[in-house]
Amino acid sequence: MSDTHSESVAYVRESFIEEQPAPITAAGPFKWVKDNLFPTWLNGLLTIVALYIIYQLLAGFLPWFLGGVWTTGSLAECREVLQGEVGACFSVLTDRWHQLLFGFTYPSEFYWRPTLAFVLLFVALAPVLFFDLPRKMLIFTGLYPFIAFWLIWGGTIFAPLSALLGFVVGYLVYEKFVKSSFAAGFFGGIVAAIVIWTVGGWLIPENASENAMLTAVPSRDLGGFMLNMMLGITCVSLSLPLGIALALGRQSHLPLVKWICVVFIEFVRGVPLITLLFVANVMLAYFFPPGSGVDLFLRVVIMITMFASAYIAEVIRGGLAALPKGQYEAGDSLGLDYPQAMRLIILPQALKISIPGIVNVAVGLFKDTTLVSIISMFDLVGMIRGPILASTDWNGVYWELFLFASALFFVVCYGISQYSQWLERRLETDHR
Amino acid sequence: MAEQTQMKVSDEVAIEITNMNKWFGAFHVLRDIDLTVYQGERIVICGPSGSGKSTLIRCINALEEHQQGTITVDGTLLGSDLKNIDKIRSEVGMCFQHFNLFPHLTILENCTLAPIWVRKTPKKEAEETAMHFLEKVKIPDQADKYPGQLSGGQQQRVAIARSLCMRPRIMLFDEPTSALDPEMIKEVLDTMIELAEEGMTMLCVTHEMGFARQVANRVIFMDQGQIVEQNEPEAFFNTPQNDRTKLFLSQILGH
Repeated sequence: MSDTHSESVAYVRESFIEEQPAPITAAGPFKWVKDNLFPTWLNGLLTIVALYIIYQLLAGFLPWFLGGVWTTGSLAECREVLQGEVGACFSVLTDRWHQLLFGFTYPSEFYWRPTLAFVLLFVALAPVLFFDLPRKMLIFTGLYPFIAFWLIWGGTIFAPLSALLGFVVGYLVYEKFVKSSFAAGFFGGIVAAIVIWTVGGWLIPENASENAMLTAVPSRDLGGFMLNMMLGITCVSLSLPLGIALALGRQSHLPLVKWICVVFIEFVRGVPLITLLFVANVMLAYFFPPGSGVDLFLRVVIMITMFASAYIAEVIRGGLAALPKGQYEAGDSLGLDYPQAMRLIILPQALKISIPGIVNVAVGLFKDTTLVSIISMFDLVGMIRGPILASTDWNGVYWELFLFASALFFVVCYGISQYSQWLERRLETDHR
Repeated sequence: MAEQTQMKVSDEVAIEITNMNKWFGAFHVLRDIDLTVYQGERIVICGPSGSGKSTLIRCINALEEHQQGTITVDGTLLGSDLKNIDKIRSEVGMCFQHFNLFPHLTILENCTLAPIWVRKTPKKEAEETAMHFLEKVKIPDQADKYPGQLSGGQQQRVAIARSLCMRPRIMLFDEPTSALDPEMIKEVLDTMIELAEEGMTMLCVTHEMGFARQVANRVIFMDQGQIVEQNEPEAFFNTPQNDRTKLFLSQILGH
C-alpha cells in the first residue's frame, strides 16, 4: 500500500499513534507545590509573606476564641475568671441567646411557635428550590405563609383563614374569566379577593383574639434574628414577582404602563433605603385610612419590597436584553401569544441568566434588614446595640456579639450563594 | 401573466399579496410587491443581500409589519388585528437562518410546546406527532437531548420538525442553510426536498441554486425591494431577461 502512495504523495501515515500516560514530572503533589507556591523566587517570597500574615491572624484570634468563657453571668465575672489572660466572653451568648434570636419581649413560653415556623419553612421552600421533589408539596408552600403568620402572631385563626379564602376566591374568579379576556380575569380576581377580605374584616369580631387557641403576640414584640429572617424571606419572595412584572412593564409597548414602571424603578433606586424606612415609620401612616393602624412590620415590608423589586427589575431587564431576538420571533412564528411566549420561552431563559444578579440583590436585601434597627425595631443588630449593650451586665462586650451576628448572617448568605451556584449548574443546558 | 398561469399547480390561492409597501424608517425596503402563491407551489426567492427577500417572507407571517397594500393568507386578511395574526401564524410554519430553537427545552419539548399551548393538543398526542415528524427528519434518537448538543444541520432539521408539528399549510424558509457547514447543507436540503415532494406550499429564500432547479416551480429574483423577474427555473437560469438577473446569476454560478 505504501509503495503505491510513495510515488504520488510525499508523506502518508499508516497507523495512528496510541495514547500514552503523562511523564511523572507532570503530575503529583510535589509538582503542585512547586508550580503553584514557588514557581519563581518572587512568587515564593509572596507565599512566605502570605503564610506569615495568616499565622499572625490565627495567633491573635485562636487563643481569644478557644480561651473563651461560656458560663459566667456578667462581663465583670468574665474578667475575674480570665484574670487578665486573653479570652472571649461568650457568656453573653449563653445568657442572652433567646433575646438575640427572638427579641426581648417575645413571650418565652411561646418560643416554640416561631421555631416550628422556622422548621416548616424548610418544608415549604424545598419544592420551590428543588424541582425534582413531588409537585404536590407546593400545596403546602401555598399554605405556609398563613400557617407561619398564625404561629408567629397567634390570635384568631379566622384572620389568616379569611386572607387565604380571599386568595382562593380571587384565583377561582381569575380562572373563570381569563378564558374570555386576561384583563377581565386579572381585575375580576383582584376585586373578588378585596371583597372577601373586607367582608372577612367585618365578620371577625374585635375581641376574637382574646381567647384564641394561640395567644396573640403584637408585632412590636417581635425581634432578634427572627425579625431579620421574617423580613428577609417575606420581602425576597414578594419582590421577585413584583420585579418580574416591573421588568416586563418597562418593556411594554403601552406607553402608560411603561412610564409608570420607569418612574417607579428610577425613583426607588434613586433613594436610600434608610429614607424609605423612615417614611414607613413616620409618614406611611398618612396614606392609610385613619384608625386602620397598619402594622409597622407591614409598612416596613412594603418599603423593603418596593426597594428590592426595583433592583430585581433592573437585573431581569438585563437578562431579557441578553436574549437573542430570534427567541421572540420563534415564539411569535409558532403562534404563541404574549403571556405564553413570556412564561414558556422568554422568562425561563432570562431568569436563568439573571440568577447571579437576583441572588446578589437577595443577599444584599437580607443584610439590609438590619437597617430597621435605626427606626427602633429590635432586630438582631437592634438587640445588640440596644437592650444588651445597654445592660449593666454586658456593657462593653462588642466582639463576641457582633461575631455571633456575623456568623448567623454568613451562614444564611453563604447558603443562598451555594444554592444559586448549584441551580446555575443544574439549569446548564446550552452545553457550549 | 400568461406565464404564471402555466406555472401554477392548483387553482386554490394560498397567499395573495397586492401592492405591498414597507419602510424601515425612511428607507423603502419593499416596493409595490404583487405576488400570488397557489396551493402546493414551491417558490424560491433569490437576490443580492439587502434586496428585501427576507423581509418579504417575514411580512407574510407578520414578523414584520407592512405599511401599505394587503396580504391575504389562506383567505385571512392580515391587518393590525392581533387575532388574525395569531391565526395566520399557527397556519404558517417558519424556519430561520439561525434555527432559533429554544435552548432550555429538549428537542421533544421544542416540538410539542406550540401544539400543546396553541392548539391545546393533549400532551401524549403532541408527543406522538412530534416523534412522527422527528422520524421524518431522521433524528428521533435525539429527542431527549438539548439543542446545544446537536450539530447545526440537526438543529435546522429539528426546527423544520418543530414547524411541521403545527401542521402548517404553508412553510416559509429564511436562508435555512446559510449558517451551516457545507457538509451539513445536504441533509437539510434533502429534508426540504422530501417536504416539497409531499406537496407542501413553500416559500424559500436561499442561494442554493441546485435546490431551486430541482424542486422549485417558480424562481423569483428580487433587487432593491422589487420583484425584478420571475419564471420557471429552467427558463430563469438558462434565459434570464433582466440585466440585473444576468449579472447576479453570473456571479453566483460563475465559480
